[in-house]
Amino acid sequence: MAQRMSVQVQDGKLRSDPSFLGKIVGTVTYGEVVSVLRQQDPWFYVSNRTGQLTGWIHSSALTEKEIALRAGDANVQKTASQREIALAGKGFNAEVEDEYKKSNPNLNFEWVDRMEKFIVSDDEIRQFIREGKLASKGGNP
Amino acid sequence: MKTSERRKFLRNAVWWTAAFGTGSFISTLFAGCRALEEVTRVGAELGTSTGMISRESADSLVKSSKAVSKSFEDITPKQEYFIGRSVGAVILEKYPADADTAANLYLNQVGQTLARASDMPETFGGYHFLIQDSQQINALAAPGGLVFVTRGLLDCCKNETAVAAVLAHEIGHVQSKHGLRAIKKSRITNALVTIGIESAKAFGDQELADLTRDFEGSINDISQTLINSGYSRTYEFEADQAAITIMRRVGYDPAGLVEMLQVMRQRLVPGQEDFASTHPSPESRILEIKATIGLVAPVREVKERQIRFESALKNI
Repeated sequence: MAQRMSVQVQDGKLRSDPSFLGKIVGTVTYGEVVSVLRQQDPWFYVSNRTGQLTGWIHSSALTEKEIALRAGDANVQKTASQREIALAGKGFNAEVEDEYKKSNPNLNFEWVDRMEKFIVSDDEIRQFIREGKLASKGGNP
Repeated sequence: MKTSERRKFLRNAVWWTAAFGTGSFISTLFAGCRALEEVTRVGAELGTSTGMISRESADSLVKSSKAVSKSFEDITPKQEYFIGRSVGAVILEKYPADADTAANLYLNQVGQTLARASDMPETFGGYHFLIQDSQQINALAAPGGLVFVTRGLLDCCKNETAVAAVLAHEIGHVQSKHGLRAIKKSRITNALVTIGIESAKAFGDQELADLTRDFEGSINDISQTLINSGYSRTYEFEADQAAITIMRRVGYDPAGLVEMLQVMRQRLVPGQEDFASTHPSPESRILEIKATIGLVAPVREVKERQIRFESALKNI
């Protein structure tokens, strides 16, 4: 039986090849369970829950642990108990960050939010690598 | 037993067992939280045998810590992300952001290309790079991939390869989770207990306050280390080794790291609250790097890289 893993990043991308230069064929979201069909270290070839979408994803985007989100989410149905569901969503999260902001009004998150939007697209990176005569694979490996 | 009493009891049980039962308990928290489960089981046993809690409560404590041990093991990438955001805000309090769009775009092109070649290319929120408007020589990385570099440090870079060296070193800190390792173990223990003890779907006021206190403490631990005390020499050398690997994978000459450190050596002012106070001396780092990469010939920068480097950073 194929190994099941969970997506542990906000925006998981499935690619046509085991490389960051591989074309993006689909996306998977935080907490989504995928089945590993084969491996080419450090890349996994996976299919999503419905099996309709397959592609390569870097192993650092996946965890063997199950990520339970909110009680209503489909992927928590088989979680052992309500208690475990509740706990999994806890920890340092947006709610805690809001409290932290309240007690530290001097801190400015504006530029933290702005820098998170600094995203270089795949096409731009390809061009940057090509123009700078950098390694064609552009990533690990 | 009231919630506050249960919390106090469990916390005591954890500490009691940590102190007298399993000596390695604290050190194993990062590696995995089975120990907590065990401690809680022991704590719950103690509770029932002394009549402090019912068997039912004891079972639920064990169950909840088991869930925590699953969800908190190694601090999840999502929690790392939230820690990193707040550490970033603290770093930005020290030096303001530099709004030079072209320069920041270029920094992200170099940095995100390098990050993809690291051992941890994927983080919850991704890698993002920002220039800070200060002539002090410094670069800081928050957990999860927010990386900050001052104008002063970019001034020490005479080509793109040197910029890549600076960023690859910071990515090295992120992939080895050096920031998270600066959090005092006791805070992790406290947070584990707070998260583990409540079964409600939303935090109660007290739990939220407790967790925020541990969160704030964690941010302080990391910021204090980054800005004031610095990482250990071991971590710095480790980040340099990671930088060499990452640079080679992308096609940058790691000699660029040595050249950047040579410029820095001339410019660092002793006593400043910057690289000088938080890093091993450039000389010692150069020695370690040379031990890995051998003799260093001057970097022969590719013409196209030099053109874009000068164009993007012309106002820096």
